[in-house]
Amino acid sequence: MNIAVAFDDEVRNEARTSASEAGPAAKRIVVGYGFWIFLLSDIIMFSAFFAAYAVLAHATAGGPSGVQLFNQRSVAIETACLLASSYTCGLMSLAVGSRRYGATYLAALITFVLGASFLALELREFAGMIAIGAGPQRSAFLSAFFTLVGCHGLHVTAGLVWLVVMMAQVAIKGLHATVERRLLCFSLFWHALDIVWVWLFTVVYLMGALS
Amino acid sequence: MNLLGRLDWSAIPFDQPIIMGASGGVVLVIVLILSWVTLKGYVPYLWREWITSVDHKRIGIMYIILALIMLLRGFADAIMMRAQQAVAAGGAQGYLPPEHFDQIFSAHGTIMIFFMAMPFVIGMMNFVVPLQLGVRDMAFPTLNSIALGLTASGILLVNISLAVGEFAKTGWVAYPPLSELQYSPGVGVDYYLWSLQISGVGTLMTGINFVATILKTRAPGMSYMRMPVFCWTSLAANLLIVAAFPVLTATLAMLLLDRYLGFHFFTTDGQGNAMMYVNLFWVWGHPEVYILVLPAFGIFSEVVSTFSGKPLFGYRSMVAATMSICVLSFFVWLHHFFTMGAGANVNGFFGVMTMIIAVPTGVKVFNWLFTMYGGRIRFTVPILWSIGFMVTFVIGGMTGVLMAVPPADFQLHNSLFLIAHFHNVIIGGTVFGLMAGYNYWFPKAFGFKLDERWGRASFWCWLIGFYVAFMPLYALGLMGMTRRMQHYDVASWQPWLVAAAFGVVIILAGIVCQVIQLVVSIRNREQLKVAADPWNARTLEWATASPPPAWNFAVLPQVTDLDALWNKKQRERTQQAQPPKERKFEPIEMPKNSATGFIIAFFAVVSGFALIWHIWWMAGVGAIGIFLTMLAFAFRDEEEIEVPAEQIARFEQAYPVEIAV
Repeated sequence: MNIAVAFDDEVRNEARTSASEAGPAAKRIVVGYGFWIFLLSDIIMFSAFFAAYAVLAHATAGGPSGVQLFNQRSVAIETACLLASSYTCGLMSLAVGSRRYGATYLAALITFVLGASFLALELREFAGMIAIGAGPQRSAFLSAFFTLVGCHGLHVTAGLVWLVVMMAQVAIKGLHATVERRLLCFSLFWHALDIVWVWLFTVVYLMGALS
Repeated sequence: MNLLGRLDWSAIPFDQPIIMGASGGVVLVIVLILSWVTLKGYVPYLWREWITSVDHKRIGIMYIILALIMLLRGFADAIMMRAQQAVAAGGAQGYLPPEHFDQIFSAHGTIMIFFMAMPFVIGMMNFVVPLQLGVRDMAFPTLNSIALGLTASGILLVNISLAVGEFAKTGWVAYPPLSELQYSPGVGVDYYLWSLQISGVGTLMTGINFVATILKTRAPGMSYMRMPVFCWTSLAANLLIVAAFPVLTATLAMLLLDRYLGFHFFTTDGQGNAMMYVNLFWVWGHPEVYILVLPAFGIFSEVVSTFSGKPLFGYRSMVAATMSICVLSFFVWLHHFFTMGAGANVNGFFGVMTMIIAVPTGVKVFNWLFTMYGGRIRFTVPILWSIGFMVTFVIGGMTGVLMAVPPADFQLHNSLFLIAHFHNVIIGGTVFGLMAGYNYWFPKAFGFKLDERWGRASFWCWLIGFYVAFMPLYALGLMGMTRRMQHYDVASWQPWLVAAAFGVVIILAGIVCQVIQLVVSIRNREQLKVAADPWNARTLEWATASPPPAWNFAVLPQVTDLDALWNKKQRERTQQAQPPKERKFEPIEMPKNSATGFIIAFFAVVSGFALIWHIWWMAGVGAIGIFLTMLAFAFRDEEEIEVPAEQIARFEQAYPVEIAV
């Protein structure tokens, strides 16, 4: 009898602490969660540009097509830079977690350099295409290409600016809770850009080389 | 290189008396209000307590004020259109030239959807949702204030277009190729695009904020199936915002690239594809319809249950219906353009999906009816709006199902039948819901009720006016009249249009009654004063003082069931009166006020205006300003202020709540 009552109470207590009844979540969780929702919305925006690209991929209006324009070697190096930068970004998160300032700065520096190299290669590709008259005004296909790839490039640029600001924050304010939360969001953002790039690489460059 | 881009004195239409009179009046009113506020010395108060506030209740109220002002603006456009069509028959041209008439119908649609209905709905959710969840604020309070600022920026830009330059002449959907530079070389479409881009970013922020708030910050014990239905419908609406608004942003960005940098997404040359715009626009556009109407459904659920004195019938089915509408809304967008020629199978699929949406909606209507059945209904103003909604919305829903049949749609596409249909569901659904919510929650926001008599008068004027204004449009649609006609030759249409114009006058009387209701209520606020729970309601927002303190709840409520306040009241009533428990208060951390939202909004207007008029240096100034403001925010030292326990105790003593949950 007593055991049953105790059991009953225990069940009730357990039900009380189930995740959906636990009351407001900690700030770190709310911030991370909100940022995930933002990333999802960002991916939806990319999906609209992907859809536009898919519709217009063959609308070359007599101009050059992807096969003629894309340089697979340069794109492979770009991809390597970006994926490696995600790895170093992960190292930065580990350094932040164990509060090693030196390692944090170093990992951030490498991440920045790799991201900047990616961006430089992308801009060189754009400049080369525009130089031979294959700019975004040439055809609907090229409009969609420049917008999709350029939108990703803009995100990488924003990420680089963010990274610089975050390092300034680490230097000035130290690794306190707010700064740590923002670094968490930054690494989510940086990894999400990788995911988008993998899709972009597949849909634009690999499938473009096939057709 | 001109320092002012395309802007010069010819942008201001001095030769148009109607526009100059209207914009002159608006400027005069703004100057009068600003100087009154300044002379009375209210500026520091407004700055401290409202403009820099990150309190969700204040932000919600400011959203609703914006929405009510825009309702007047959009309604003025409506009156002008109805007056024009009532007289421009046969050879007559009416009093509005085509280029002005075209701007008016574009502005009417844009304003009513984006700058009246959206801020009204968002304001309502802002005020109510955290209170119903039993928490102290949104997940991201400063982000909330920035979102309000960006919405206000969009509104400001649209209204600047009245006096400086022109607005789009393309209709509120701005379909290309008409909206491309080649066919719309003026700044009208640019005003449309930039104001929607800026306010759209704000709306997306709101969506993220609400999803995080509802899913991650609820009072202890409030599991998902104990959330009030309004929170559920708000969750659904905000999930739709997060999933749909990025598509609008991308689509408008493509059109902007076409117009500014010569891209070829939707152009007639360069193998652009104009139909892609229409598809993408409605991939956002149809969920948008449910973003507007789902929160209204939530309001009706609260109102019907409160004033019937019964728990909502079929709570679980209501939740299920809400979430299935949320999902289904992404599978129907093509019914906006069956005439595109996608083929029978595609049209058939989207027609069937559209009809399926009527099922969960029907479930909701029956739930409301069964809630009222056997209830002891108190016929207050909010429930009048709810009953008016049920009748009106069902009619609108049925004409919608009719148009979901593709062959019928081929006849009715772009006719006045369509106009009548969507006004029937948007006015009968969203607007009636917002009016119910406005009357229902007003006492919570300000501590006094709205005047009942004027409220009832306004309801009847709106209801009757709605039927007189829009039923003729159904008939006209069947007679073959298309939308957006500046003048027409068919004499037999005119009597119907005169009737419709008369209906708009009755609605105007309803709006006048609402203004009077507000004025009378403010004047009699001492007699209309109420305590925490004036309606004998069911949910947590009524378990705190009216108006609630900045911290909402001195002690976070402990929720054990659905209708938390109602059940607590029942329990207290059955138990013998116990000596009041000594409540112990602890200091509360509240988010600190921030001017970030206001400053970002200011720079957003600068940038937006500069981009519209091609003033590149100024656009750069605005962008740098936004960046520096965000930087300053990121480096601020204090994020929260502490409200001392004594202050909370003093407030609780001054405004005691009978039932504490």
